[in-house]
Amino acid sequence: MDTSFDVPERLALRGVTRRDFMKFCGLMAAILGLPMSMAPKIAHAVAKKRPTVVWLHFAECTGCTESFIRTTYPWAADIILDTIDLAYHETVMAAAGDQAEEVLEKTVKDNKGKYICIAEGAIPTKDNGAYGRIHGKTFMEIAKDVCGNAAATICVGNCACSGGVQAAKPNPTEAKSVSAVIGKGTVNIEGCPPNADNMVATVVHYLLLGKLPACDDLGRPLFAYGYLIHDNCPRRGHFENDEFVKEFGDEGALKGWCLYKVGCKGPETYNNCPIIKWNQGTNWPIGAGHPCIGCSQPKFWDEMSPFYVQK
Amino acid sequence: MARVVVDPIPRIEGHLRIEVEIENGKVKDAWSSGTLFRGLEIILQGRDPRDAHLITQRSCGVCTLVHSLASVRAVEDALKITVPPNARIVRNLTHAAQNMHDHPVHFYQLCALDWVDVVSALKADPKKTADLSAAVSGRPQPKKYYEELKGKLKAFVDSGQLGPFANAYWGHPAYKLPPEANLMAVGHYLDNLRQQVHAAQMTAIWGAKNPHLQGHLPGGVTVLEQLNADRISEYLYKLKNQIAFIEEVYIPDVLAVAKFYKGWTKIGGNKNFLAYGDFPESEKEPESFYFPRGIIMDGKLQLVQVDPKKITEDVTHSWYENSEPLHPSVGVTKPLSGDALKGAIPDTKAKDGKYTWMKAPRYDGKAMEVGPLAQCLVSYVGGNKEIKDTVDGVLKKLEVGPEALFSTIGRIGARAIKCLINAKIAEKWTMDLIENIKKGDTKTFTSYKLDESTNGMGMGLNDVARGSLGHWVNIEKGKIKNYQQVVPSTWNLGPTDGKGQKGPVENALIGTPVADPKKPLEILRTVHSFDPCIACAVHVIDPKTNEVYKFRVS
Repeated sequence: MDTSFDVPERLALRGVTRRDFMKFCGLMAAILGLPMSMAPKIAHAVAKKRPTVVWLHFAECTGCTESFIRTTYPWAADIILDTIDLAYHETVMAAAGDQAEEVLEKTVKDNKGKYICIAEGAIPTKDNGAYGRIHGKTFMEIAKDVCGNAAATICVGNCACSGGVQAAKPNPTEAKSVSAVIGKGTVNIEGCPPNADNMVATVVHYLLLGKLPACDDLGRPLFAYGYLIHDNCPRRGHFENDEFVKEFGDEGALKGWCLYKVGCKGPETYNNCPIIKWNQGTNWPIGAGHPCIGCSQPKFWDEMSPFYVQK
Repeated sequence: MARVVVDPIPRIEGHLRIEVEIENGKVKDAWSSGTLFRGLEIILQGRDPRDAHLITQRSCGVCTLVHSLASVRAVEDALKITVPPNARIVRNLTHAAQNMHDHPVHFYQLCALDWVDVVSALKADPKKTADLSAAVSGRPQPKKYYEELKGKLKAFVDSGQLGPFANAYWGHPAYKLPPEANLMAVGHYLDNLRQQVHAAQMTAIWGAKNPHLQGHLPGGVTVLEQLNADRISEYLYKLKNQIAFIEEVYIPDVLAVAKFYKGWTKIGGNKNFLAYGDFPESEKEPESFYFPRGIIMDGKLQLVQVDPKKITEDVTHSWYENSEPLHPSVGVTKPLSGDALKGAIPDTKAKDGKYTWMKAPRYDGKAMEVGPLAQCLVSYVGGNKEIKDTVDGVLKKLEVGPEALFSTIGRIGARAIKCLINAKIAEKWTMDLIENIKKGDTKTFTSYKLDESTNGMGMGLNDVARGSLGHWVNIEKGKIKNYQQVVPSTWNLGPTDGKGQKGPVENALIGTPVADPKKPLEILRTVHSFDPCIACAVHVIDPKTNEVYKFRVS
């Protein structure tokens, strides 16, 4: 079996032109903060390999998967069918029950130490993890096996990265991050959910450079989480000029002034939302007149709330 | 007699296990289990009521937005806030866009592979596929397109790395579509993966981002600076594009599947339906709902009024301490934990065995199906002319009577019809918004007082992508004292009750033919037709305090 596929050719068959493909590579280079001259190398890296990826769902809402399929450069279908070998993913896979479990077992066995595990969701640990099971196994057992045998585990979303909403006080199921349960470091693409572009960029970084991106002390890739929202906010000028929304619906809101006084957590939150925005640049929270809730910070459900109050 | 367990059920939100007993090639009995518990309602206690919509929205990232909507309505009910007309319309536009996103994603990405054999598509004749698409689809493709698509598919299969298509039930005798229809459907599966990106952008125009929107809060919506001609025209442009996709691709594909699988109009049905109704067109709720509120009992096409006092919940087969079926306002929730929980391993064999984290909601003691089929049936008899005309037209095309609606295919068809009608009416609502702004009304928020002296109880009843969704909130001294969510998938996927009455999915599965118990494809068809969404379906419990929840239901 020849595994060195020519991705541009296969993408062309799928209706993606070489120009589209290079545009994707250029976008990835931009997000990753690489010089544009790296774009051809990205194209090569993506074309050369089709690594096996196992995507696990634990205690979560599937919002991260939904966010992931909002990617357009490349489209989700092109990633799933042409760029990676997505061997296991409960929300998209055709196989069910025993047949799905067989796929997971075989993938882990045949690719031990070589596959990437993407984890979505936190892991309940109370009562030996009885609060979450798939195919009879607890999430704790699954995580230790599947994440434990992966080349690397990439956590997507606040739940997998730091416990998420179910771990908010009083944390009824004693939910924990994946890293805390498997006892190993993970790359943490934070956010509730993370932006699709940041998820794709992390995977491309791995394919291009053969290693995971540089991260901050919370495991978050610096290319995305190296910036304070406040520093790149288009409303920053209003903050400096003392022009604030004092109540929703007021004159300041109409004029697009700073949301700090109605609770904006942009000054404490690291993410690239103001730079890349959401849904192909359609909008982002502060653009829609809503304060940032700090969703890419660990424990934000407790530490950033109440969300509409500036502490 | 064979026992078959399907765990995990893929292509849903959440973690679901289905067990069935098969006798003489048919399902004789069925058990539906939610295998994850998160406990969001406990987490809500003591928090600022305005934060509840952000937290509850995390119940589900697939039907994102809807819990935010239910929550702000419940808090507004408690604080006696009436939102301005612009906020009501913007919410309707966002909610409608969410449905336009959600329903096609359900059909193509979550349920189509139960009816479409991807491997069979390799045998398709591209010329015949082009002819088929010219005959049935609003977006016909030429022979060359299908040659290329088939080539791509072949290269993918030949690679040996089948990814998400590995180890499925391909070649199963229950697959009935000819290879050409399968190939056409594969094309549309890929098309919708792209189309859904555009549909999500519609919600982000008003709600900042998708998934997990940030544009609502109690009192109205935050969008104000951007409530302008530019953004409205952007929404309208994307709306027209989405309507075209629904009309030209989604509806014809659903009709094609229905034609080839007519036998499934006699399988998988229920008789009792509940719809809370939704999309207020004025301040009067529920009177002004575009999709009305109502009940259909015993399969009779006549409208019965909803009395929320008749809702009870039963825990006989759920991992909670036993009690009589109780109304949510006096509900006692005593969860099992530690030794009593026995690891939460489903016990479907003992008479009173516990097998799920979901409770069993009942209306007037009866299990009720909720969702787009319930919404369509209630709208059909409740005076929604657009729904009635469209349903009648579809039934005529398929040459079946209204009884065909009470089935697995009926459920899938009703979802598509509701999606189309919802999309079309959103055009009118956009015009209403423009008229308001023209008159100089730009108000999107009603201010209110919330402090330590604030007390109140509120209820938000909504009808969302997966059905009837209710939030109840009790505010005391400006904080959440109690919060309760009774969600669509609990109604549909909840367990058997103490009287032995099956939940709607369990009931719908009984009688389903299963050709090969090792490959229970037919079970997936009926389960997926409900569009299960499990993360939010798991009922509130408080493992620490076993607190008694008290809610007023009016």
